[in-house]
Amino acid sequence: MNKKSFTEHIKKYAVTYLFIMLSVFFIIVSGMDIHYVASQLLLRLNRNAFIVLALIIPIIAGMGINFAITIGAMAAQIGLLLTISWGVSGIVGILLAGSITLVLGSLFGFLIGKLLNKMKGQETIGSMILGYFANGAYQLLFLFIFGSLIPLSDKVTIVGATGVQNTLNLTGSVGLYKAVDGIFQVPFLTGLYVLCACAAAFAVFQYTRKKTSLRRMAVTVGVVVFLAALTMVPAIGDIFRKTARHNAITVPVITWLLIGVLCLFNSTVMSTRLGQKFRAVGQSQTVANAAGIDVDRTRVIAIMISTVLAGWGQIVFMQSDGIGTFQTYAAHEQVGLYAGAAILVGGASIDRATNTQALIGTFLFHSLFITAQSAASNLFGDSAVGEYFRAFLSYGVIALALVIYAWRASKKKKEGSLDLSAMAKN
Amino acid sequence: MSGDYILEMNHITKEYGSVAVLKDVTLRIRPGEIHALLGENGAGKSTLMNVLFGMPVIHSTGGYRGEVIVDGEKTNILSPMDAMDKGIGMVHQEFMLIPGFSITDNIKLNREITRPWAVSRVLGSDLEFLNRGRMAEDARAALDSVGMGIDELALVSGLPVGHMQFIEIAREIDKRGIKVLVFDEPTAVLTESEAQQLLGVMKDIASRGIAIIFITHRLDEVMDAADTITILRDGTLVQTLDKKKTSQEQLAALMIGRGDESVISVSRREKEISGKVAMEIRDLWVNMPGEVTRGVDLDVMEGEILGIGGLAGQGKIGIPNGIMGLYEAAGKVKLFGKDLPLNNAAGALKCGLAMVSEDRRGVGLLLDQSIEDNIVFSAMQVNGRFLKKWLGQKDAAAIRAHADKMVADLDIRCTSAQQPVGTLSGGNQQKVCVARALTLEPKFLFVAEPTRGIDIGAKQLVLDTLVRLNRETGMTIVMVSSELQELRSVCDRIAIIAEGRVEAVLRPGDSDVEFGLAMSGASRKGGKRK
Ligand SMILES: Nc1ncnc2c1ncn2[C@@H]1O[C@H](COP(=O)(O)OP(=O)(O)OP(=O)(O)O)[C@@H](O)[C@H]1O
Ligand SMILES: [Mg+2]
Repeated sequence: MNKKSFTEHIKKYAVTYLFIMLSVFFIIVSGMDIHYVASQLLLRLNRNAFIVLALIIPIIAGMGINFAITIGAMAAQIGLLLTISWGVSGIVGILLAGSITLVLGSLFGFLIGKLLNKMKGQETIGSMILGYFANGAYQLLFLFIFGSLIPLSDKVTIVGATGVQNTLNLTGSVGLYKAVDGIFQVPFLTGLYVLCACAAAFAVFQYTRKKTSLRRMAVTVGVVVFLAALTMVPAIGDIFRKTARHNAITVPVITWLLIGVLCLFNSTVMSTRLGQKFRAVGQSQTVANAAGIDVDRTRVIAIMISTVLAGWGQIVFMQSDGIGTFQTYAAHEQVGLYAGAAILVGGASIDRATNTQALIGTFLFHSLFITAQSAASNLFGDSAVGEYFRAFLSYGVIALALVIYAWRASKKKKEGSLDLSAMAKN
Repeated sequence: MSGDYILEMNHITKEYGSVAVLKDVTLRIRPGEIHALLGENGAGKSTLMNVLFGMPVIHSTGGYRGEVIVDGEKTNILSPMDAMDKGIGMVHQEFMLIPGFSITDNIKLNREITRPWAVSRVLGSDLEFLNRGRMAEDARAALDSVGMGIDELALVSGLPVGHMQFIEIAREIDKRGIKVLVFDEPTAVLTESEAQQLLGVMKDIASRGIAIIFITHRLDEVMDAADTITILRDGTLVQTLDKKKTSQEQLAALMIGRGDESVISVSRREKEISGKVAMEIRDLWVNMPGEVTRGVDLDVMEGEILGIGGLAGQGKIGIPNGIMGLYEAAGKVKLFGKDLPLNNAAGALKCGLAMVSEDRRGVGLLLDQSIEDNIVFSAMQVNGRFLKKWLGQKDAAAIRAHADKMVADLDIRCTSAQQPVGTLSGGNQQKVCVARALTLEPKFLFVAEPTRGIDIGAKQLVLDTLVRLNRETGMTIVMVSSELQELRSVCDRIAIIAEGRVEAVLRPGDSDVEFGLAMSGASRKGGKRK
């Protein structure tokens, strides 16, 4: 029995384990400095986690991977464009861009939801195609409509022609670069210790209130102590500390808090009536409908939430450390692809996803992303391979996940009809 | 006086395309009465109820004509939600439960008990927190009122079929302000004792003033529980009768439009069966929730029809399900002298076993596909029949001929064998399942409750077909059924299961007393008997 549940576990998370092994292998083969990998990973995790987390609700509502979050990213870019053009900077600028994203994202999400309701069962592919289609509309908007029909300041337009500049800059006097990230930074280790202390305190608190078992509390405290002890090992702690060779790794506290709040949001929504509707619609539209749930409306809400969250995620991404400028006409293009691949790597499937899966997935996916180029050039002696490898990786993961899903579904179906589809004379 | 009625459906006409499935049907129900709705498979019973419940299939296919009056008020019910608001509840023929949800979550689906908080006050009640504690309490109470002791937090998936029915009923009872409750063949999936329990629950509900519309094929239940009876035939109203002024025989005659066929008879076997053992079952344990089998020893002879009977929950259903690898099993099973791997559904199939499942929902019909494709599907997949020699194309002519024969043999009521299975009535879908299993021509066939939800006339046909195949091709059949009468009319021997074991193996001709004792687990003979 135990052995069986173990193999079940392995089967269920096969993709995740595969990628854990792959990323360890890549980190080794790439020969990259471990400090560099760690700092890049943390950076990318806090940049991308928000967008990946935005995928969860539509998955639970049975709509697969919402590749149309690309459109949420477009909404965010429109928001950023207007903010820059109006010269609003700092955190106020971010809030303004966020508000514009909220309005536009809701509107776009509403339309996407309506469209996806017309292609039930094909949402994943449908949303991907919608993303491509919207990209065309976006180009049109930025090339011809902005600057002519909708006036913009010359900070963002091409002087002497219509259309928006090819790249938009958030740094310098624009004042949006690191507007959130830069508010409050602490060294990674300090952050980790505070987090550990909080987790342990919370576990003990829950135990004294009899909300959790002794065993769970002990496990939490144990893990926390273990983590803290691990960083005491010089070789490990030095990755994050300031040494002769490098600076200390710092983390942006506010951004991480935002990610935490989003996780909390996802889990809170799931314990409300709305969350129950998402789940019910995701599991059986027929039953949900018979129970009087407005299936189409529920699905539209799921997509609206996802689109807005993805838009905000895109703002978090754009302002983050190390970005600074973005390609006006292309920055949104890979958003859906990378986020979708990340959540799948984390062990989510097109009908099941959790916060943890999203976070683990982002972590693993980006560890491959960072090391792919060096690893590929070390392996094949050609650095160009690395570039292709990234695209190959993302599409590969998605294709793999879709195949696994289809395979599981057909297996389930087969099990359901086994009773009949029997083998006759042998 | 029309004020007497809680529900009136007057002159209802419904057409699917050019086919009229309801023609000027009128149904009137008083509060607190149990009103039985009778008719053959495909007579239009479910369709009439779909009209009442505002199901999307009705409105997406052009709606209906006629008027519906609920509580004296003329209404047009547009959606199931609308029906619910007007106090009409339905226990569906196909279960409307979410397998991945707990019983509580299913009972309370879309009627959750919630707790408001700051955010929900601003953004609306959809964001109120679920109050799982109180939901569970309500579910518990509703389950108790239908006499179900199961854990209200258990997941629905994996529960035995009979339980699901009671969960559906518990859900309807849990709704407040319900005026009319529709039961579409609730007993079709229940065993006899569960059915008895259900009738008790129904009477109990009716005594609280709720009107019940009760669709069934079992006339004894009608005579037991109903106050008034309406009979449909081919979409037309035949008659509405008072229970006290009618008899089973009259009802059967009105339904079928022919004489009484309620007694099933089968010609007896002429030559004795061979002495060879087809299947040897030793110490079989099956972990099927609600139907646990605890150490069954049984020999099935080649070429016989062996019946397996017994009360609900005693484990008789567990036997075929365990051997077919659908539920966890332990023990030793030999088929034609060879060991049969347990817990291995594919392995069981490879060894030449086939099964018609008791679980109507799990039968896995391809609803969008035609009847003929469904019938030949397994045979085509498994033994490559109905394919042309060259390039393996479908042999359309052979398929059509075979399907037409099955449709005629089992009297599948349809416009043609090309009709999609999804548009058949429930009973006729069941017949397609039987046809599909028979098409496999297995050497060894399990049939579990093959006649559930099938009307009397069709029952005879299904049983006749099984017997004919047994006689002509020597197919060994093990038939599990809760209807003793059915077992006694077709089987050569009948094993009675009590408390998960074989209590006795009896001959069809043995006395009622012997059967009674065996079923109650108090048989003198005890244990095995050849
Ligand atoms: N969606 C549909 N499209 C076309 N025809 C349909 C559809 N649904 C049902 N029918 C037809 O309407 C007729 C009546 O079906 P209905 O389900 O009402 O029968 P029923 O009396 O409930 O039978 P049963 O006892 O087998 O459940 C059948 O001939 C069926 O084929
Ligand atoms: Mg029906």
